[in-house]
Amino acid sequence: MPPFNALVAAAIAYVAFLFAVAFAAERRAARAGRSAWLRSPLVYTLSLSIYCTAWTFYGAVGYAARSGLEYLTIYLGPTIVMTGWWLILRKLVRVGRSQRITSVADLISSRFGKSTPLGVLVTLLAVVGVTPYIALQLQSITLSFAVFAENAGGEAMDLGGVALWTAAGLALFTVLFGTRNLDANERHHGIVMAIAVEAVVKLGALMALGIFVVWGIGGGLGATLEAIDASPIAEWQQDHGRWIGLTFLSAAAFLTLPRMFQVLVVENADERHLATASWAFPAYLAAMSLFTVPIAVTGLAMLPEGSNPDMFVLTVPLAEQQYGLATLSFLGGFSSATSMVIVATIALSTMVSNHIALPLWLSLRRPGATVSGDVRALVLVARRLAIAGLLALGYLYYRLSGGGEALAAIGLISFAGVAQVLPVMIGGLFWRGATKVGAGAGLTAGFALWLWTLFLPGLGTDAAIPLSVMEQGPFGLGWLRPQALFGIEGIDPILHCTLWSMLFNTGLFILGSLLTFPQPVERLQGAQFVNVFEHAAGATTWRQSAAQAEDLLIMAQRIVGAAEAQAIFQGAAAAQGKAGYLPDVTPEFIQALERELSGSVGAATAHAMMGQMTEGVSVSVEDLMAVADEAAQIMEYSARLEAKSDELERTARALRDANAKLTSLSAQKDAFLGQISHELRTPMTSIRSFSEILREGGVGPEVQSRYAAIISEEAERLTRLLDDLLDLSVLENGQVVLNRAEAPLRRTIERALGAAGSRAEGLRILRRPGEEDIRVMTDHDRLAQVFINLIANAGKYCDSARPELRIEARRAGEAVLIDFIDNGTGIAPEHAGLIFEKFSRLSDHARAGGAGLGLAICREIMERLGGQIAYLPGQGGAAFRVTLPARPLGGA
Amino acid sequence: MAKRVLLIEDEPNIIEAISFILTRDGWTVHTHSDGETAAERVRAHPPDLLILDVMLPGRSGFDILRDLRAGEGTAALPVMMLTARGQTKDREMAMRLGATHFMTKPFSNAEILAHVRDLAGG
Repeated sequence: MPPFNALVAAAIAYVAFLFAVAFAAERRAARAGRSAWLRSPLVYTLSLSIYCTAWTFYGAVGYAARSGLEYLTIYLGPTIVMTGWWLILRKLVRVGRSQRITSVADLISSRFGKSTPLGVLVTLLAVVGVTPYIALQLQSITLSFAVFAENAGGEAMDLGGVALWTAAGLALFTVLFGTRNLDANERHHGIVMAIAVEAVVKLGALMALGIFVVWGIGGGLGATLEAIDASPIAEWQQDHGRWIGLTFLSAAAFLTLPRMFQVLVVENADERHLATASWAFPAYLAAMSLFTVPIAVTGLAMLPEGSNPDMFVLTVPLAEQQYGLATLSFLGGFSSATSMVIVATIALSTMVSNHIALPLWLSLRRPGATVSGDVRALVLVARRLAIAGLLALGYLYYRLSGGGEALAAIGLISFAGVAQVLPVMIGGLFWRGATKVGAGAGLTAGFALWLWTLFLPGLGTDAAIPLSVMEQGPFGLGWLRPQALFGIEGIDPILHCTLWSMLFNTGLFILGSLLTFPQPVERLQGAQFVNVFEHAAGATTWRQSAAQAEDLLIMAQRIVGAAEAQAIFQGAAAAQGKAGYLPDVTPEFIQALERELSGSVGAATAHAMMGQMTEGVSVSVEDLMAVADEAAQIMEYSARLEAKSDELERTARALRDANAKLTSLSAQKDAFLGQISHELRTPMTSIRSFSEILREGGVGPEVQSRYAAIISEEAERLTRLLDDLLDLSVLENGQVVLNRAEAPLRRTIERALGAAGSRAEGLRILRRPGEEDIRVMTDHDRLAQVFINLIANAGKYCDSARPELRIEARRAGEAVLIDFIDNGTGIAPEHAGLIFEKFSRLSDHARAGGAGLGLAICREIMERLGGQIAYLPGQGGAAFRVTLPARPLGGA
Repeated sequence: MAKRVLLIEDEPNIIEAISFILTRDGWTVHTHSDGETAAERVRAHPPDLLILDVMLPGRSGFDILRDLRAGEGTAALPVMMLTARGQTKDREMAMRLGATHFMTKPFSNAEILAHVRDLAGG
């Protein structure tokens, strides 16, 4: 029998060994950057054994002795979760890595729009929920010491004193281990390595004891199996409700326990490790539970009635005088307890410092105070205090609960507590519609119901809740009795709590989410979480100092654009006397940058982003990048859209105009070609027809000569048409050469009258030759052409019985006017606008005898001469006014 | 009894030429040169064949044809359309409106004679 002091020395030596392992691993990780074996799937799998605490090590045997095979449910839950890892775990790990999640509280807070209240709520829930669990470890260590002390035959130990010293020792150890430095990743290579070693010790101790029990005491496998069959354990009737309920609870707790989240998600170095762990960890659990029943059976058979079955792991080898084996078992149990406490308190202290201490400190600071470098120190102090506080709470719970309860019962209280996070966690991962309000409502209801129905009654009979309330309900309200809610009695307290809390938790979560609408950040985070596999899994590390300036530059580039951001940074670097683009991140620079950024994203957002980037709060760079990217993309997209729609409208307008122009041009061209075709084909038809008649012969000479005359007349018409077309073409193209000369108008009018000849036959011309003695400088041939046209038109179209044409010329200021007015019916006002257009012949062809180009030609000529020709309404008959400049344009 | 052809055309020389050719071939030829009153004239004395110019003063040949095809007595009347514009769309328009035949000016005497015989059934 080893002396008690030797046991304490062994425990301290063991802790020192673990510290050395952790220290070496930490050094190696820091030096080599990434040592392969430090990050192997094996180490990851072994680190998951943190799930197997003193409860498992000592308590499973006790559980089996008390309740038969029900202890297996505690392994069944994690096994189901691990084998179905791709369903939830893979997503959880991916989200945790891509969002740089530091804890369960951070996960929930981050998912629901970085909500501070939710972070606080989950942290509180976790602290309260894990406290019994820590107490459980203290109790098991205390009990194990007591067992040895009793065995040594010494005087009765002060158990409370042992528990206090254990708590203090563990606090010191954890502070030394877990808060030596502040790692932004919240990764702890040393701790993980130490846990892996402990996992081996735990398993080795249990296996050694199991082998000893089966082959050393039991007399081989067959005999042991017979002994099991004969023992009361085989006769236990399993309660199906409890099996399902406890399997669910252990599965939920496996995902939501802060220490499990720490090793599963936060300490995960490579997502692929999950695939290995999915079979290796269940195998580890199976090995851990392999000898549970044989040890329990042996203990029940060997040891006197009333022995604590929770301590069979120690008392069996002690009773057999196997002190070495007993010491190994003690170290295995010690390992289980310490590793749990260390990781749990580290995880919880992270939550407390990040979600309670820092926000409090930030809100207490004077607004506008510049960010100082003290945050890191503050965080470390907060974490150390949190660790001490958590162990103090655990000790308090141990003392309050009397330390007499079975280990498994305490563990299940914790499981039911932390399981309250499950609905929100799963909903947050898979349902984009989940909202902060829903999460808050569900968590609060679950937390409250768990406190009322399980945690407070668990503190001991008549301790937190008076006996009268337990039996009659608060204020005599029977339906509020903690372990018979709504009057439903007789259910196992764990199941009773699980059922009601989960029902209200999930129900309110869903209802609250459906009734409220997520805020923008919530929606963004929801998308990032739920669609995590659709995003690239880029996980850049967020470092301080030089990298911070670079990260700020990257963020700034995404907000204000590359060129502008680089200019800002280069300018700031130059002002600090540095070359390049990375200035020191001074408060001045931060303020300046924030001002620049606020121009793009608004002051509040810029402040929040800069604050989070520079204060070292556990917010991931990716979060900010996502926000920046989204904002930039939306702005860019809307700008592009605006530009596009403007451009589109311009193009459409241009196209419409062009189309209208083309259509109009095409229609004009069609009409023009049709007209020319008509004007050419009509005389050709007559010519062809009559020439065929003449060629065939058989017509009289009189008819013959008449037809020949028609042919000649039509040929002339064709020639005239071609002349007009050519004339018009030359005039329209501006190729006309003018022969300007000074001459009196009278001569030109007389020339025109003479040339009109037969076409003005029967037309009486009325002139006032005295007034025609106006000398004008112009091309008199072209002017005469206009006059001839007007005289011929009057001859053709004047429908008076005694047709007359008055020609009147006079000066009017700088202009010379010549009017041609006949005494016919004139032109209807609706046609007056058309007569100067090509082929605009108003009467029938027979009387016109022209192609309808005359007035169009006149208009072109007058334009070339610097004057104009217009129809003059209200003159009785048809009236045209020719206007000439008194002095020709341009001199000449 | 000689078959009657009504020629609606406004060019006097063309009227004279077609009248001469068809009369010599034994047809009775009536002429009309105003678009506005042409349809009335056809309905008053329906000919065996109508020769209809497109470009007429007052009303276009197309309008007259549409009018005739809508009327009961003239819906099946053989109509030969003439045009000097010579554009494809005029031909398409004429055929769509129900012209029996469409001819572009200028044409040979033999050509118009053959079509008249064909359409009015010799």
